[in-house]
Amino acid sequence: MHKDNQPLIFEMTKQGRVGYSLPELDVPEVDLTELLGQDLVREEFAELPEVSELDIMRHYTALSKRNHGVDSGFYPLGSCTMKYNPKINESVARYSGFANIHPLQEESTVQGAMELMYDLQEHLKEITGMDEVTLQPAAGAHGEWTGLMMIRAFHEANGDFKRTKVIVPDSAHGTNPASATVAGFETVTVKSNEHGLVDLEDLKRVVGDDTAALMLTNPNTLGLFEEDILEMASIIHKVGGKLYYDGANLNAVMSKARPGDMGFDVVHLNLHKTFTGPHGGGGPGSGPVGVQADLIPYLPKPILIKTDEGFTFDYNRPESIGRVKPFYGNFGINVRAYTYIRTMGPDGLKKVTEYAVLNANYMMRRLAPHFDLPYDRHCKHEFVLSGRRQKKLGVRTLDMAKRLLDFGYHPPTIYFPLNVEEGMMIEPTETESKETLDDFIDAMIQISREVEENPEIVQNAPHTTVINRLDETKAARKPVLRYQKPTDSE
Amino acid sequence: MMKHRYLPMTSQDEKDMLETIGVQSIDELFSDIPEKVRFKGEYDIKPAKSESALTKELAQLAGKNADSVRYASFLGAGVYDHYKPIIVDHVISRSEFYTAYTPYQPEISQGELQAIFEFQTMIAELTGMDIANSSMYDGGTALAEAGMLAAGQTRRKKILVSGAVHPESRDVVRTYALGQSIDVVEVPLKDGRTDIDALKEMVDENTATVMVQYPNFFGQVENLKELEPIVHEAGALFTVSSNPLSLGALTPPGKFGADITVGDAQPFGIPEAFGGPHCGYFAVTQKLMRKVPGRLVGETTDDEGRRGFVLTLQAREQHIRRDKATSNICSNQALNALAASVAMTALGKEGAKEIAMQNIAKTQYMKQQLKKSGLEIAFDGAHFNEITVKVGPSVKELNAALFEKGMIGGYDLGLSYDELQGHMLIAVTEQRSKEEIDAFVQVIDAFVRETEASHA
Repeated sequence: MHKDNQPLIFEMTKQGRVGYSLPELDVPEVDLTELLGQDLVREEFAELPEVSELDIMRHYTALSKRNHGVDSGFYPLGSCTMKYNPKINESVARYSGFANIHPLQEESTVQGAMELMYDLQEHLKEITGMDEVTLQPAAGAHGEWTGLMMIRAFHEANGDFKRTKVIVPDSAHGTNPASATVAGFETVTVKSNEHGLVDLEDLKRVVGDDTAALMLTNPNTLGLFEEDILEMASIIHKVGGKLYYDGANLNAVMSKARPGDMGFDVVHLNLHKTFTGPHGGGGPGSGPVGVQADLIPYLPKPILIKTDEGFTFDYNRPESIGRVKPFYGNFGINVRAYTYIRTMGPDGLKKVTEYAVLNANYMMRRLAPHFDLPYDRHCKHEFVLSGRRQKKLGVRTLDMAKRLLDFGYHPPTIYFPLNVEEGMMIEPTETESKETLDDFIDAMIQISREVEENPEIVQNAPHTTVINRLDETKAARKPVLRYQKPTDSE
Repeated sequence: MMKHRYLPMTSQDEKDMLETIGVQSIDELFSDIPEKVRFKGEYDIKPAKSESALTKELAQLAGKNADSVRYASFLGAGVYDHYKPIIVDHVISRSEFYTAYTPYQPEISQGELQAIFEFQTMIAELTGMDIANSSMYDGGTALAEAGMLAAGQTRRKKILVSGAVHPESRDVVRTYALGQSIDVVEVPLKDGRTDIDALKEMVDENTATVMVQYPNFFGQVENLKELEPIVHEAGALFTVSSNPLSLGALTPPGKFGADITVGDAQPFGIPEAFGGPHCGYFAVTQKLMRKVPGRLVGETTDDEGRRGFVLTLQAREQHIRRDKATSNICSNQALNALAASVAMTALGKEGAKEIAMQNIAKTQYMKQQLKKSGLEIAFDGAHFNEITVKVGPSVKELNAALFEKGMIGGYDLGLSYDELQGHMLIAVTEQRSKEEIDAFVQVIDAFVRETEASHA
């Protein structure tokens, strides 16, 4: 890989070049100043690039070569479920009848799209064991907040205004406490015990009549199943709180345990994780939310219903929390997830979870002799190693992560969850072969040896990427967040 | 064992791996799930389908929908059928982009990071703001986040939102505000624009922000110059929701003193997709930089002085600040921001102006033709690519008549505004030819005459 900078597209500009093809204007031209008045007519052009179509394609092709995706290589990023993104999904989402339809068309002209949404909801209800599902939330965090707003509405409808607290484990995703804040709650942290599970005694201590909900990921962010889930549900329900399921780790339990059967009242799913909507470099995602019957009145509106005349959106929902997003959610991602579910079927989804868990346990066992394993028991779809042994030798987990780049891998999630020192959270997913896992394990073992024999090579990694470690302090101290065209004097 | 193309596990692999782990069966790995909650058997869902059978079924389902390729669409109301340079889909189909996660490892994510840095620059340029973030879910949630930012910044608990802001965006603002116990009060309309005299009466020392849309929901161009001092004299932040495509021709909100400009980049190369995924953007003044929700990409260097890009100012974000974060947003719309960047690049400096001008010219032509037919245009001020026309009692029936002629009609304003029963909001983008506009006017004219005759 060459190490030259790829210029910014603005630096490739040459006045007079164009990359577009608009039709000739076939109606009379207008005088903008006359029509809008002087104040409203833009005086200076927006400084957008002036490049040809080939310039554009070469630029973005060059950028793509400076980027690692699942299709480039193994991507064991814990909690992110970086599985293969099937190509059929991409094709189906681009069918004109899905891509080029407007959300406000007459319902009679979009029955196919509504049917797909309805059937996806039915599938997600069965998969989660919940009574109703909304597809409106755009991503996981958006789903969390939507779920919490519904819980808030539920309590308030019961005249219960004292429930101001949401409990989250110390191992929770950062979005959990952040979503609680946005929904107007205060966050209370419950501790994990020495087995990496929620400490029941601490949970009993923090619950009370001010508890609105407990948010849980199961399996948790250590990849461990919360075995006491029924007791936790009972503790929360006894004080009148609701139990919230963060679906980030659903890939670990499909066909094995459903949130609805574990006592959860609200569930969000990350369709871009478990159900292969691609991650897209950070989005778009889709974060449907499922609820038990007593929360159905509070679902965001509209809800999609099936009548004798076909599918229709029902806006007459007086107790609804309102809209959480314009229109009906990230439909394009929902099309991809639906295509995936229909591709796998019930037997396929069961195998997905079984192989995801088998792969993770295999890697964990093979790596355990070389790194610290803080919680030594069967994991689910992911596991967390600690780099504290290597840290004593002067090499940090960050260094090992950077060294993995030299082997062509995306590193695991590091320094998360927060309750593991020098953590490395590894999630292989079910779509990776044993050979890929073995190669990665060999690389990890080699790095652990390098830490002992030649730590500098790890400390100074990466060595093969287009750029070395970047000065993040400089980026934050004097932020440069956009390109500025040099003035003539420069 | 059933074989599946996404699952490379062979029975030999399975056997070897179980042996390494030291268990007899895969089931043993699930022994930590209590018997009582264990799901037995398989989900009661539709069986798996082969690739060809499934594409056939889904193509038929897609075929049940009327798309804007087969039908000439005059429907806008926040989502538009615009020119989508073909190159856009070729770029975003490069799987190094679409199969990547958030660029948390900058050494192997320079492509994505640089593309987003360029997106931030283009949005800042178009809106006339100092900086823009890496994207939000959509225009509606971006506006809601603007409200939360303003409330936090001013420590005030009231949002004034113009009635000419997209009704669904207003709904989203209200839902977010509920969580934060912020009051949302609507500013009434006058001739299809924000009633400036009413606003003067309403704005006070509790007002965190005033939100207007530019061009507004009716396509009318709000008078930001007159609005700005009213907002700032009260110590509130000025939030403008703006269709960025219009800003190729219109004076950008930044020039009028907007503190926050938000909107949706869908008009730049992103398909309508039944309402999503689109691409929210969020742009602010330098002063508000550290309050921005979501991810920001910044420029820096490595130890050899090479330019590179990283996610920066992350202390604002949920994964660092948890319950003290400025927002809970994590996933955004990165791939669609890339799509919008490619479209903005393809249009470029001149195309961005030309496309905006074409929208104005075509809408102006539509307006004149409607007027010639004696139809009543509801608001006659300066407009961008939408107009409101009075069509009689049933917009739904008119849309059915248009549909028969291969056209998707406009938005029934009566659904959102009681006083606008029988009014249709029509969008005319550069995609609509003169012939299509003429045919549209013909149907609408015939329909209105017929209804009038039958009611006479």
